[in-house]
Amino acid sequence: MPASRCRQVREMSTQGHSAATTIADRDTWHLAEEDDHGHDHGGGATYIGFWIYLMSDALIFASLFAMFGVVSTSYAGGPAPREIFELPLVALNTALLLASSITFGEAMPHMEAGRVGPTRIWLALTGLLGAAFVCVELYEFSNLIAEGAGPQRSAFLSAFFALVGTHGAHVTVGLIWIVVSLVQMSRHGLSEDMKRRVMCLSMFWHFLDIIWIGVFTFVYLWGVLR
Amino acid sequence: MSASHDPVDPAHHGHGHGSRRGYWIGTLLAIVLTVLPFWLVMGNVLRDPQVTAILIVAMALVQIVVHVVSFLHLDTRSEGGWTLLAFLFTVVVVFILIGGSVWIMFHLNTNMMPMSGTGAAMG
Repeated sequence: MPASRCRQVREMSTQGHSAATTIADRDTWHLAEEDDHGHDHGGGATYIGFWIYLMSDALIFASLFAMFGVVSTSYAGGPAPREIFELPLVALNTALLLASSITFGEAMPHMEAGRVGPTRIWLALTGLLGAAFVCVELYEFSNLIAEGAGPQRSAFLSAFFALVGTHGAHVTVGLIWIVVSLVQMSRHGLSEDMKRRVMCLSMFWHFLDIIWIGVFTFVYLWGVLR
Repeated sequence: MSASHDPVDPAHHGHGHGSRRGYWIGTLLAIVLTVLPFWLVMGNVLRDPQVTAILIVAMALVQIVVHVVSFLHLDTRSEGGWTLLAFLFTVVVVFILIGGSVWIMFHLNTNMMPMSGTGAAMG
């Protein structure tokens, strides 16, 4: 009995060992492939990792949208969307953000070709449009708060400020990232590392524009229709 | 993503051209799908809030797909399909999260209405 048990344990440990070897092999194979990618395209596992980050960020926004959907008519005697939302301002903001997505798209072929000058110009233009977007949003927020429609007025307004504010905070972080990229590009040019970073930045920026589609449709337009 | 991930064509030439055309089609579609809902709501074109609401939501969903395909370059090939799989999984979770929350809370509110009314009257 003890002998057979012993053999069993040894077998198990052998199995465990072989499993570990397999995993290690797989890791090595994957790392090797990543290296390959790194040399060829300056990317590797970064893109899938950043993609997963974007998807998890989408889930944060999904919970904020869900919260907004649940309390979107809980005005608590406060103002309704129709009374406080200024659609021309929202249209301007939407145009600014969409334009910034397009200018970033303009920068990408220049970046892939390694042309530092045009890449920086298009990226700077993207940053300016993004900064204008944040300014208009802050102007809107300050107007709302001045009118007494601040986040503490009703559940609807709390959810509104949380959702739109979180998006605005993301855009602000994107702006900081753009400035950092511009500085890095002026110092180091467009190395493979730099291209990878700008690629991730472009994904982040386009992602924020996609979230904004949900915001202007479900928060502003839908709210005014109600 | 896609342009830099075509192992057959490290110089990006052919692929880059194709994705440029896709990018421009996507840009045009995005502009149209942004202008249309604002026009419908701001101009009160249809005079029917319900139809307008359905139309703007449909346009938003289409525009999200357009952006994901032409700006984020989501396709079936990049990263061996893992980006697509992660994206689809996220879409499912997002729909369950948003749809489920709104659905449940709507029914909860409806069922709670008489009780809160009585409570208010008694209080």
